[in-house]
Amino acid sequence: MAEQSIESSGQDLPAEGLVIGEEEVIKIVDMHKWYGQFHVLKNINLTVHKGERIVICGPSGSGKSTLIRCINRLEEHQRGQIMVEGTELTGDLKHIELIRREVGMVFQHFNLFPHLTVMENLALAPIWVKKMPRRDAEEVAMTYLKRVKIPEQAKKFPGQLSGGQQQRVAIARSLCMNPKIMLFDEPTSALDPEMIKEVLDVMIELAKTGMTMLVVTHEMGFAKTVANRVIFMDEGEIIEENEPEEFFNNAQHDRTKLFLSQILAH
Amino acid sequence: MAADPKQVSADVSVPPSKPAFWNDPAWRAIFFQVLVLVGVVVFAAFLVRNTLHNMESRGISSGFDFLSKTAGFSIGETHFGISYTEENSYGKTFIVGLMNTIWVSMWGVFLATILGFIIGVMRLSTNWLVSKLAMVYIETIRNIPLLLQIFFWYFAILRPLPGPRGSIQLSFPIINFTHLIITVLVSAAAIFLLWWIGVKKRYDADQKAMPLWMLVIASVVTVLIIGNVVSLVTGFGLVAQWNESFFLNNRGLSYPQPIPEEGFAITGWAVAIGVVAAFFVRRWAKKRQDETGEQFPVFLASLGLIIGLPLVIFIFSGLPLHFDYPKLTGFNFTGGSVLTPEFISLLLALSFYTASFIAEIVRAGINAVSHGQTEAARAVGLRANPILRLVIIPQALRVIIPPLTSQYLNLTKNSSLAAAIAYPDIVLVFAGTTLMQTGQAVEIIAMTMAVYLTLSLLISTFMNWYNEKMALVER
Repeated sequence: MAEQSIESSGQDLPAEGLVIGEEEVIKIVDMHKWYGQFHVLKNINLTVHKGERIVICGPSGSGKSTLIRCINRLEEHQRGQIMVEGTELTGDLKHIELIRREVGMVFQHFNLFPHLTVMENLALAPIWVKKMPRRDAEEVAMTYLKRVKIPEQAKKFPGQLSGGQQQRVAIARSLCMNPKIMLFDEPTSALDPEMIKEVLDVMIELAKTGMTMLVVTHEMGFAKTVANRVIFMDEGEIIEENEPEEFFNNAQHDRTKLFLSQILAH
Repeated sequence: MAADPKQVSADVSVPPSKPAFWNDPAWRAIFFQVLVLVGVVVFAAFLVRNTLHNMESRGISSGFDFLSKTAGFSIGETHFGISYTEENSYGKTFIVGLMNTIWVSMWGVFLATILGFIIGVMRLSTNWLVSKLAMVYIETIRNIPLLLQIFFWYFAILRPLPGPRGSIQLSFPIINFTHLIITVLVSAAAIFLLWWIGVKKRYDADQKAMPLWMLVIASVVTVLIIGNVVSLVTGFGLVAQWNESFFLNNRGLSYPQPIPEEGFAITGWAVAIGVVAAFFVRRWAKKRQDETGEQFPVFLASLGLIIGLPLVIFIFSGLPLHFDYPKLTGFNFTGGSVLTPEFISLLLALSFYTASFIAEIVRAGINAVSHGQTEAARAVGLRANPILRLVIIPQALRVIIPPLTSQYLNLTKNSSLAAAIAYPDIVLVFAGTTLMQTGQAVEIIAMTMAVYLTLSLLISTFMNWYNEKMALVER
């Protein structure tokens, strides 16, 4: 620990030139990321306000997953600044820890812990991160299992559940940490068609509670009904950013139009 | 009628047609099992009849009477405190051989496990050099035949060493315990203070903290100063005297033998109490965490109880232990203990060889846990240590334990290669010398096989029990 705090303290710079509005929960300024020589994210500027629901779409390989994975430091950015809830993301473990407590994430492949029951999956972080007594953690877990409408599956293992149920457990697992922001990385892409709706329903319910959400998805129906803003990315850049109505009916860029025509064709 | 498919499928009352018996899987299964059984019985009868006939024609009496006869040959080394002389019986020879096999296998399993886990984790390191070193180790060691490796250690390294008079000597400082303890305690306090004032307090106050290099230099200087001050105050140095204690020559490695004095038993009891206490602390910590959520550093506390407590008691009971140092008298060493070149060669070869396989097993086990698991655990805010302990290791162990069991079995069985360099294991002294002298081939080979079978079954049973404990239910 000592070593870490010494190293990181040098980078603990004040965020000069960044004026953070009260309602701005995420502010990304001139952010770049490389994988070796490959420039994955180029000059990303994005501000997210409290309670906003943002859908990020774009062709595969456009960097949309990488972008949201940068927000909770599953990926490291090389240039620019990311501020989450007033904390800047640097190599500082203390900052990373702080931000990860505030930001929940749901993955394409659920990533539930297969060796733990549903209840243990949910209670793990509250017990070990928030240092809650087991009974309280399980109570919290039960509340969220009810929210995602599968309290009866608490004693089962993830392997015994359907894909849709597993993804709902994953959402509940994130919610147990009481996050202020939720990131969704293609939450329905690995699901059978008949299970997509049950997951989207849970996400819509969550949106109604006023949760700040960033969703990478190809579900355009969800984008139309739930999002405040739709962001289109291609080749590591944010190409277009607009309200859903404008975005779908009156796209400005050719690349956006091409993408929409391909995705809405069938 | 049968040509009309609608008619057939509509008629439910018709039972399904039965195949001819030679096409019926149930009949085939029974037929082949009977065939195999008859084959086995005929073969066994042939073996027994043939053996009895051969023994009769050579005038060999069967039975186990030979076990109580005097062996008449000596054995180079014995372990577990067994004494053996030429006057002892073949039965005793059996016991000594068995114990020697168990002794080398036990240490082999212990060393191979530790080395294998270290190399396996090194192989996964993101550090290029560390990872490649581990790779070179694994690929070299596991691709050279074990027998050759045993020969390498024995004939190329240990036998060509000089005789006792030209021993390679290793001197060890005799540490002044009081000096060491005072220095360590005071230094630890001083370094903590340095860190607290220079780093923690400033960091918490959002000030620029002392850089790492400065802390390291300051710590080293502090330790040196404190060490010298302690020497000045107490009037003696950290090293009381240098003592030549290890001698490596072509007769093995002589080393000082610890001899417990009166009062050492208390230290032994302290270890036992420490283990039991650590077990209860663990239970108590889990219960408390379940109830209040507060965490307790169980690992550190256990370490303190199992190692620290006996150490403190050992020191306060007046260090009731002295060493019997090996001394060169005439042409050989007296006093101390000796590890024979045969034992060292066999142990090193077995451990290094098996460790290379265990390393691959460990690597496979850790790789088997998908990266998504780590990411999910990070995303909910867990730190590196709990991720490893709660998410990665439980899943990796499930993959590691079954193949690890076969490596333990392999090591135990491979120890029979001892015969090649004359380490007196069961194969050499019993299935070798005893068989030659008595000619009781059937009984001796059967007993030796039974030994390996029993050892293997014991290891498997234990590992299966452990696996069941660790195996994770997933559905």
